[in-house]
Amino acid sequence: MSFNARSAWSIYHRELWRFLRTAFQSVLAPVLTTALYILVFGSAIGDRMPEINAVDYGAFIIPGLLMLTLLGETTSNSSFGIYMPRFTGTIYELLSAPVGVAETLVGFVGAAATKSLILAAIILLTARIFIDYSIAHPFLAFIFILLVAAAFSLFGFILGIWADSFEKLGIIPMLILTPLTFLGGTFYSIADLPEPWNSVALLNPIVYLVSGLRWTFYGSADVSIWVSLGITLAFLILCVAVIGYIFKTGWRLRD
Amino acid sequence: MSEPILELSGLTKQFGGGVKALDDVDLTINRGEIFALLGPNGAGKTTLIGAVCGLVRPTGGTIRAFGEDLQGNWRQARARIGLVPQEISTDMFEPVLHAVSYSRGLFGLAPNPARIEEILRSLSLWDKRDARIMELSGGMKRRVLIAKAMAHEPDLLFLDEPTAGVDVELRKDMWHQIDAMRARGVTVILTTHYIEEAEEMADRVGIIRGGKILMVDQKDAMMARLGRTEAHIALAQPLDTLPPAIAAFSVELEEGGRSICYRGGDGTGKGREEVADLTKALIASGIDYIGIDVRESSLEDIFVSLLGEEEEQAA
Ligand SMILES: Nc1ncnc2c1ncn2[C@@H]1O[C@H](COP(=O)(O)OP(=O)(O)OP(=O)(O)O)[C@@H](O)[C@H]1O
Ligand SMILES: [Mg+2]
Repeated sequence: MSFNARSAWSIYHRELWRFLRTAFQSVLAPVLTTALYILVFGSAIGDRMPEINAVDYGAFIIPGLLMLTLLGETTSNSSFGIYMPRFTGTIYELLSAPVGVAETLVGFVGAAATKSLILAAIILLTARIFIDYSIAHPFLAFIFILLVAAAFSLFGFILGIWADSFEKLGIIPMLILTPLTFLGGTFYSIADLPEPWNSVALLNPIVYLVSGLRWTFYGSADVSIWVSLGITLAFLILCVAVIGYIFKTGWRLRD
Repeated sequence: MSEPILELSGLTKQFGGGVKALDDVDLTINRGEIFALLGPNGAGKTTLIGAVCGLVRPTGGTIRAFGEDLQGNWRQARARIGLVPQEISTDMFEPVLHAVSYSRGLFGLAPNPARIEEILRSLSLWDKRDARIMELSGGMKRRVLIAKAMAHEPDLLFLDEPTAGVDVELRKDMWHQIDAMRARGVTVILTTHYIEEAEEMADRVGIIRGGKILMVDQKDAMMARLGRTEAHIALAQPLDTLPPAIAAFSVELEEGGRSICYRGGDGTGKGREEVADLTKALIASGIDYIGIDVRESSLEDIFVSLLGEEEEQAA
């Protein structure tokens, strides 16, 4: 198994260049949306809400809102990154290059994850304007965001290969990710849900992501940080396996 | 002397829908040659190129490139193969220089601005290096694709209809480009619907139809074997019959005896000599003529008649 670092770097570099070319639009919309949520739910309504686990309501919702944006943006960025070349035909160059699954993933998924990290940083800085919050475990928070960004970049990549229309490309984030994130404890602690909803909520994988990030911020959450990390890693590995299989069979890439 | 650079044997591709785009293709391309692959729409030319370049998964047969099986050795092989696709597809927002430099990096080569500049200059694109590709004309866009394919200095280059939609001057320019590639030792496989282009450029010609290779030969040999000279000699006075001295040539009367038609020769110029002899014989026989029209059959005529015969046989 060989790895061509130059090829991978070229892909990564170009994907980021494309992102920066339209950076303003790519960043403005999600940052604005998140800022509005924070403003409305955090600043305006938050003052009338009780603390949750000794955390101000406004601060409580920040990790969840960050996760909401992160999942949606990462998935759609990454899926577009591979869907567009398929759609326009420019993928011929990638397929004819001496480039395997490893270089492709490092290039495309690495770039998508990098974009997400940039976005996360901007959102967290923006949030500081409205809400006073602090991060208890910044290093773990960084690792966790990185893992989630990588995992959902991979997931988006699979989506971008699976989709054969723009509609399909949009449907998973719209129909699955957003509702699951809303129900995943972004605005409340699932511990406050009555049974059986509490147990049902634990079937929602997004709960573990929101909860994991919240733990790195405030040192307490609905589920243990290690469970959250474990589930994120497992999801990441599953995605890598699926992509490896896709490249091996050429599914949707080669006729 | 001729060392194979690409060997296809039994190459078959059946698409999901059941279309057999390649049907048991055997073909050997030699190092340093220019090979023209001719065939009507849907013949399988692009599919053949795709199978070698990793865009299409063959359903049968083997491909050997640079002496080694492509399947086990695809990385090394692909690094040495370049592809200019039939459809113009590239990021239209990207500046020319950026796009070409990217292609070099994608194929794993270290940046080499001097080399990229040389390529762009040779394709008259240097002045346009900072223009976004969408701002270029169709012919220029195609040249950008050629520059991208040359950026990693391939030994084997596929040009899928490089001159489609390109004006006459530019096409001539492209021929010079291909000549220059040949001079550098690059092996070129091109497809085209302009047969005169193959006639001008190619060392060897392959004719494909319905996924099957009908004929592969040296262009000169093919033209010598299948080429013909055709001459029409308009007579001053109509004739009813030809005198024996004239009938000895492969001629016949046409247009109610007002013209003599000669068909013969073999594409090496022998026919033209015979026509010259024929005119002398006419003068010797006292037959006056008022006009001569001589035409060598082109590769296109050969191509058309070959496909026509094929059709008749199939019927
Ligand atoms: N992805 C595909 N799925 C199904 N059939 C295909 C596909 N690509 C090509 N074909 C079929 O395979 C046959 C050969 O197509 P190909 O593109 O190789 O022809 P071609 O010789 O390049 O034609 P042209 O001169 O028009 O470019 C055609 O019948 C075409 O419809
Ligand atoms: Mg074609």
